[in-house]
Amino acid sequence: MSNGYVAHAAGYVDNEGPKIVSSRFVHEDGHTLARYLETGGYVGLRAALAKTPSQVHDEVRDAILLGRGGAGFPAGIKWGFCPPGVWPRYLVVNGDESEPGTYKDRLLMECDPHQLIEGCLIACYALGLSQCFLYVRGEMALAQERIAEALNEAYAAGYVGKNILDTDFSVDIVLHWGAGAYIVGEETALIESLEGSRGMPRLKPPFFPAAIGLYGKPTIVNNVETLSNLPWILENGADAYKRYGSEASPGTRLFAVSGHVKRPGVYEVEQGVTTFRDLIYGDNFCQGMREGHDLKMFIPGGGSAPWFFEDHLDLPLEAKPVGAAGSMLGSGAIVIMDDSTDAVQACLRVVRFFARESCGKCTPCREGTTWEEQILRRIYDGHGRPSDIDMLLDVADNISPGPYPAAADPSQGLEAVPFPPKQTTICPLGPSSVAPIVSALRRFRPEFEAKITARASIPVSAG
Amino acid sequence: MARLNAENLATANEILSRYPVKKSAMIPLLHLAQEQDGYVADDAMAHIAELCDVTPAEVVGTCSFYEMFKRHEVGTYLVNVCTNISCMLLGGEELLHRLEDKLGIKHGGTTEDKMFTLEDYECLAACTEAPCMQVNYRYFHRIELDEAEKVIDDLRSGARTDIPPHGTLGKVRQHIPTGRSAGIVPPEQANEAPVWLPAPTPEGEGS
Repeated sequence: MSNGYVAHAAGYVDNEGPKIVSSRFVHEDGHTLARYLETGGYVGLRAALAKTPSQVHDEVRDAILLGRGGAGFPAGIKWGFCPPGVWPRYLVVNGDESEPGTYKDRLLMECDPHQLIEGCLIACYALGLSQCFLYVRGEMALAQERIAEALNEAYAAGYVGKNILDTDFSVDIVLHWGAGAYIVGEETALIESLEGSRGMPRLKPPFFPAAIGLYGKPTIVNNVETLSNLPWILENGADAYKRYGSEASPGTRLFAVSGHVKRPGVYEVEQGVTTFRDLIYGDNFCQGMREGHDLKMFIPGGGSAPWFFEDHLDLPLEAKPVGAAGSMLGSGAIVIMDDSTDAVQACLRVVRFFARESCGKCTPCREGTTWEEQILRRIYDGHGRPSDIDMLLDVADNISPGPYPAAADPSQGLEAVPFPPKQTTICPLGPSSVAPIVSALRRFRPEFEAKITARASIPVSAG
Repeated sequence: MARLNAENLATANEILSRYPVKKSAMIPLLHLAQEQDGYVADDAMAHIAELCDVTPAEVVGTCSFYEMFKRHEVGTYLVNVCTNISCMLLGGEELLHRLEDKLGIKHGGTTEDKMFTLEDYECLAACTEAPCMQVNYRYFHRIELDEAEKVIDDLRSGARTDIPPHGTLGKVRQHIPTGRSAGIVPPEQANEAPVWLPAPTPEGEGS
C-alpha cells in the first residue's frame, strides 16, 4: 500500500516530521541486530556507560521525559522514588498494552525491539536495577517472537547479560508473557501478575512500586514507549530532545488514530505543537473525515478518557491542557466517530469492555460496571425505562463520586473539573467506565431519551 | 490430558531458572502446558504446582483469572474477532455475525469437528486496521467478510498451514546462553548495591 503506509508495520504511517522512536519502522528488517547497529543502535548505551549512573539519571530528568503509559508522570522523577540503600531493585517493562484504541507499543516491540532493550539497559544502569522483566501482552505473538529473537541476538553479542560491553555493568532481561487481562496494565496488578498471582491491583499507599514492588523490593515500572525514547536522549542529549515538542512536554509521541477518518494510522507527532484539528484534518496526518460525514465526537486518550467534541479540536496534543479540559491524552489512542455513530451504542460498547475487564476486587467497580452495561444494553435494545438515565448516573456516582470531569460545561454553569476524577475503588478502571456515560449523556441525552420513549424497533445485536 | 512431557519439562526448568522466585514462572508454564495439550489440563496444573512450589489451588486461581487460558478443550483454531470501539465503528460486529453463520456456532462455541472456536474479543491492538481478527493470535487486518470466510475454508481444507495450532504463542523462545547470565538469585540473596554503582555520596544516589 502506498500513501505513507508501511506494509510490514501495518498501521504505521510514515509522515514528514521528526522521528525519535519510529525511525526504523520503515526498514523491513528493523527488528534485527544487524540493521539496528547499522542505524545507530546501541550508541545511546555506549554514551550512557561513559557517564556515571547519576549523570544518566540527570540527563533523563533534564529531558522531562513524560511517561507514555497513560498517567504522563515524568520518568526522571519516578526513578527518584526508590528508597536509597534498599537492594535489589527491579525494572518491569509494561508491554501489556490493551487500552481500546491503543497500539503504539505493539509496533515498537515488533518493529524495533532492540531500541526497547537498549532503553531497558540504560534505565538499569542509571538506577542500579539488577534484573529487568519485559512483560508483553499475551495476545501479541509476533511481538513475543521479535523480542525473543532480539534478546537472543543481544545476549550473544554481549549487549545484555554479564559484563555488558566489557564493563562492570551486568543485567539480565527476561521476556515474560501475559495471558489476557486488561487490568494487568495497571502497574501494581502487573507486579502481582509477574509474581504468578491473579492480576489484581494493590492499594496505594503503601504499595507504591518504587518503594514496595516486585517481591516487596523497589521496582520501576515503565511503559514501552517511555523506555524506547532513552537511546535517542542519551545519544543526542536532553537539550536536543527539548527542541521538539513544547516546554512542558518535550519530544514526540506516537498516536494511534482510528475510526472514521480517511487515513487512520499510527503517527509520530510532536507533543504540544500539533492540535487535534491538525491531526484529524491535516494532509500530513489523517486527511479529514470520510466522505460525506462530519465529526460527531472523538475519544482523545483511549477507552478510559472522557469524550471530546468539535469545540475541543483546537486543543494541543499535550497532557496539561487536555486534562484541564476534563479529559486525558492517556496512552495516545484517538478514536474518531462521525455522524453515523449511534452514541448509545458507542457508549455501551466501551462500558461493556470495562464490565468484562473489571478484576472484581472492589465492589463499586465489579457490581457497578455490570449494572451500567445492563442498563445501557436495555436502552439500546429499546427496552429502556424512564428512570434508567438517573439510575445510570447514580451507579456512576457510586464508582466516581462528585462531578465527573467530562460533566464540566461552562455553557450550563458547570465548572471545569480537571482529570482524573475521584474514585471509590483501588484503581482507575471503575471510574473509567463512567467516562463514556457522562460524556455521552452530557452531549447526546436526547438520543438516550428517544430510545427510551420511542421504544423503536431497533435490531437487537448479539454480543 | 497430561503432565508436562520430558521435552517440555526441560523447557519448564529453563524458564524457571530465569526467575528469582519460582512462582513468577507460573504464567509462562501455563502457556507451555497449553501449547502441549491445546488447553491447560488439570494434571498439568498439578505438575506446575510442584514445579513452582505452590499448591494446585493457587495454580487454578491464577489460571482461571486470565482469558487466554482454556481449561477445557477448544478448537485447533481460536478465532478472535475484535468488536471493541474502533472495530465496531467499521464492521467488527458484522464480521462476528458472518463467522457465526459460516461456522454454525455462536461466539464462545466450538465447531463439532473441534476445528474452530469463535470468540467475541476485546481490543486486539490493531485499531487503525479495523475490522481485525486473530487466528491463534495471528493478525488479519482490514479483513473483508468474504476474505474471513476464505481464511476459514483454507484452514479447514489444509490449504493454509502457516498458523500453528492453538496454544503455541511465540515460535521463538528466549535462551540465555551458558555463562552469559548476570546471575539470577532470590531477592534476599541480592541485598548489596550493584558493583557498577559508585559508593554512595553524602547526598545519596537516586535523589
